[in-house]
Amino acid sequence: MENVPLITVSDLSKTFQAGASSRPVLRGVSLSVDRGEFVCIVGAMGSGKSTLLGIMAGLLRPDTGSVTIDGVAVEDIPKRAAFVFQNYSLLPWFTALENVRLAVAAARPDLSSAEQRDRSTRALEQVGLGNAIQRRPRQLSGGMRQRVAIARAFATEPDILFLDEPFGALDALTRETLQGELAGLFSHSGRPVTTVMVTNNVEEAILLADRIVPVLSGPPATLGTPIPVPLGRPRTVATLAHDEDASHFRAHVMATLAAATGRRKPHTTANAPVRTGALVEAQK
Amino acid sequence: MIAKRLLHLVLPLIGVGLALAGWWAASTQVPDLPSPLRTWEESRLYVMEPLAKRGEMDQGIGRLAFYSLVRVGQGFLLGALLGTPLGFLLGLSPMLKRMFDPLIQVLRPISPLAWLPLGLILFQKSEPAALFAIAVCSMWPTVLNTMAGVRAIPQDYWNVAKVLRLSKVTTFTKIIIPATLPYMFTGYRLSLGIAWLVIVASEMLTGTPGIGGFLWQEYNSLVYAHILLAIVTIGMIGFVLDRLMGLVETRLRTA
Repeated sequence: MENVPLITVSDLSKTFQAGASSRPVLRGVSLSVDRGEFVCIVGAMGSGKSTLLGIMAGLLRPDTGSVTIDGVAVEDIPKRAAFVFQNYSLLPWFTALENVRLAVAAARPDLSSAEQRDRSTRALEQVGLGNAIQRRPRQLSGGMRQRVAIARAFATEPDILFLDEPFGALDALTRETLQGELAGLFSHSGRPVTTVMVTNNVEEAILLADRIVPVLSGPPATLGTPIPVPLGRPRTVATLAHDEDASHFRAHVMATLAAATGRRKPHTTANAPVRTGALVEAQK
Repeated sequence: MIAKRLLHLVLPLIGVGLALAGWWAASTQVPDLPSPLRTWEESRLYVMEPLAKRGEMDQGIGRLAFYSLVRVGQGFLLGALLGTPLGFLLGLSPMLKRMFDPLIQVLRPISPLAWLPLGLILFQKSEPAALFAIAVCSMWPTVLNTMAGVRAIPQDYWNVAKVLRLSKVTTFTKIIIPATLPYMFTGYRLSLGIAWLVIVASEMLTGTPGIGGFLWQEYNSLVYAHILLAIVTIGMIGFVLDRLMGLVETRLRTA
């Protein structure tokens, strides 16, 4: 039972139609995620990794292939799953508390109104927003907004967490802080949360993931062989910076990703002029 | 700073003064057109005793305006009650939009003068016919703006509804309505403006007491000064209504 993967993705393909032209995004993508595992899908911007995550979460439909969670085919976003978007996606007419509470009320209608409120408040306190719960999103900084979004995800006590570039819109310092906080939330949650995160930041993947799945840039994108992260926990940005094993591993992941970009067929290069630049950015 | 403020105060006054001068000049050429001064003298009783009631049509200007405002309020409310749900339906269903959009575009430019006889046929009485005309003329901006508001809801919000697995009802009350609210109020402001335009026409044709009925009656009684009084009053009330709705609208946009 322990060895059966929780999420199984097999042979996904997706092509976007835009008028007469069509753009293949994914082809023959397969992946499995174990229960309680943290998997990072790492690739350059525009490589189709967000599309893959959207399909895994049931937000998008694949053209071919299937996604199963606990052996059941994903039709819609699964119960007990939460999703964090890159652009926060908070509702501006609600306060931070109301935004979190909306999720809690939808996920746990069995709880009383007071319990829903308490749970939402606690979730916001956990991300350090205890004194900002009555503020609206436009009164919060980007980092605080993303904290609200993370609190909203954790408040529903999900078994599965989908993170779509959750720190992509933040400045470098805030990004680092939030990465650390997220790692802390996982170790404090006291139960396994299976997580799939999409990012273009290799450091972030090494800090958080159990396994790193490189995206071989297309189009259409395919996945490379997953790389297990051979580093103990807890990991922090500071310790990883000075750890020799971490440096070796970082170099290994970088080389794999660079090889992945190099493996692109020549005729596709013209279609994707930004790709190389984005990967360079990811290597910083 | 103070000089600039003074200028802002003085310039509109100069504008009004010039308009009065033009009116006065015209009145020297057209014998039937009373001069501003004569208009004021003949209107004085109506303005100074705005709530007086001397007869069915012979009432203070405030009382007449009040009748009209109540009628406009009812017609506008009826239009909003019909127009808002219709706007949501058309915004949420591309199929319904395709079905009804051409019809709306044809109905929209029809004058209140054309709707009123139809209302009289339908309801036999002047009061409901007037409400019908106001509602049916004024509802279109509400319909179209609400529809546009729903269609302008960013994909992000739909995604939130999806990932939080919100029910249809919750999605409607917590996401669709708040996201559309500023658009709805733009619609309401424009609708109220049209409702106020329609009131004069509908009171004229039905002869009901109110600012428009008064205007038409005084024309028939050859008291031309009172026509001008009614015109100025209609304009000022319309201006105030628009400003009030504008205030609500700005509050919603910044909220």
